Amino acid sequence: MMSNENELSHRFEIKGGDFSNAGRISTGIKEILQEIGIDSSIIVRTAIASYEAEMNVVMYAHRAVLTLNVTPEKLHLKLEDEGPGIENVDLAMKEGFSTATDEMREMGFGAGMGLPNIKKNADKFEISSIPGKGTSIDITICLDKTEEK
Amino acid sequence: MNQYFHSIRIDTEKCDGRMKCMRVCPTQAIRIRNGKAFLIEEKCIDCGECITACPHDAIVPLTDPFGELTKFRHTVAIPSPALYAQFGREILPEKILSGIKILGFDDAFDLALTCGEVSFATQEYLREYRGPKPLISNACPTVVRLIQVKYPELIDQIIPIELPRELAAREIKKKKSKQLKLKEKEIGTFYLTPCPVKMISIKQPAEKGKSFLDGAISISDIYGPLLSAMEGIEKGSYRKALENICILGVGWAMVGGICRTLRLKNSLAVSGLTEILKVFDDIERGKLRNIDFVEAYSCTQGCVGGSLTVENVYISYNKILKLIETLEFEQIKACPDIREVRKLYSQKYFFIKGKFEPRPLKPLDKDLAKAIKKRKEKELINESLPKIDCGACGAPTCLTFAEDVVKGEAKLTDCIFNLPQRFKEPSQDFSELFNKYSFRSQTKSSPKKQAKKEGQ
Repeated sequence: MMSNENELSHRFEIKGGDFSNAGRISTGIKEILQEIGIDSSIIVRTAIASYEAEMNVVMYAHRAVLTLNVTPEKLHLKLEDEGPGIENVDLAMKEGFSTATDEMREMGFGAGMGLPNIKKNADKFEISSIPGKGTSIDITICLDKTEEK
Repeated sequence: MNQYFHSIRIDTEKCDGRMKCMRVCPTQAIRIRNGKAFLIEEKCIDCGECITACPHDAIVPLTDPFGELTKFRHTVAIPSPALYAQFGREILPEKILSGIKILGFDDAFDLALTCGEVSFATQEYLREYRGPKPLISNACPTVVRLIQVKYPELIDQIIPIELPRELAAREIKKKKSKQLKLKEKEIGTFYLTPCPVKMISIKQPAEKGKSFLDGAISISDIYGPLLSAMEGIEKGSYRKALENICILGVGWAMVGGICRTLRLKNSLAVSGLTEILKVFDDIERGKLRNIDFVEAYSCTQGCVGGSLTVENVYISYNKILKLIETLEFEQIKACPDIREVRKLYSQKYFFIKGKFEPRPLKPLDKDLAKAIKKRKEKELINESLPKIDCGACGAPTCLTFAEDVVKGEAKLTDCIFNLPQRFKEPSQDFSELFNKYSFRSQTKSSPKKQAKKEGQ
């Protein structure tokens, strides 16, 4: 595959349970997007989606790799984690559903808004999970709706 | 011709390029070029950190000299409440205001009362606001600029209520011009400022309106003369002077003062730029949606920590805190009438004229495809750099240097670790020097020998 020169890609590693570093990746992503001049409303959507994805790993999974790909047409985030997976994906997508512990809720997480929030901020959203192995999430945000070649 | 007015000027005569300013700058807006500090205007948010850091006073705050007063028929000083924290505990605002008049102002205005009105107006705005939370105080112009530059998406969360000093100047001009039968422009209103950023918010308000103030005079410039002017003032009744202090307004001098005096339950107070960045990152991620109001000041502890103040910041912070406690204990409420404020509020008396607009930094390139390419180059260059942030190239970090290179503002060979490449074919002069200075320990020559050599 031609790794084309119009494509920017970054790979981030996330560790489960690493609350003290949570949020660093979404901040890093935001800075990259600001530098290349992405519209601020899209930056906000990406920042929220990547933060929620990051938090999901920190709270529930063992480790994960988050890849960011940007081309002039679209922005793509792919998260692949190793962890318990999600038993019932449809249920997990419901607003308010959460398996968070009391401690997590005390810290302001686990309101059951994570996955719905990611979906809400994406133009395209895909999720698949294998219980006992892990979850993978794929989201796309369109950058250039007007200029169709 | 500059797009942005800044409250600081670099005196290149005094600057000897020691990089202290470059290293403290929170937005990486300073470079050292040809041995002198250089300001990248679009990145500067006027926090004033560089002024404090410079060991040679080569970074000068642009406040107004005292002489400006003669340009007006009638002059009014409007001191920041932070001035009230600069003197001993027995010196209350009443005495300070009298002292200012002795210095040559025709009048001195107690801003605390207007601050109190604005506190109430803020409360009204918080009550009726239905947009995304939290709302952010606009009291600190540096914070407003930080949002414009780095957090453009939070811009609608800045409270659009006019600053007390602007309201005060607006009303003073109206009233005095009637009273004294003068034109509004013949009345000079001067803010006594704890920090240089207030100067730009006068010359170039963030919301692009026009300021009602005519200038700003640094508290540190006025401190000495004011201290001696107050010596002659007879000591009045402490209790009586206390009764005239608006507790809400005094709170504006320190971080958390607005939240505390309004008794806001669901609010945060934060000071210092690095701390503010953390809080704003959390706001951006939606983590603080349950908070109503954030009071943020770029200077540590709020305006009492401004770079143009004199007293130790913790002493003055404590003085304001004690004053608030005393007023609370004595149940003194010399505050504006809330019903009056509500009436004015509904008449739009308090709102700013313009609108806060984002001021995002220029991207690496206007064209997204090119910007992506440059960003990749930047990454590559950064990988090749030593990442020790030595600063010798004139940029504060290796990463900012890489950025400067892809923007065409620096050359790769400016990095001393790329030096050998620069001298691939060294001149004979250089080879001699290289041999002379590369093995110093062995050729430690006596001053005599050296003189002989130079004479050759």
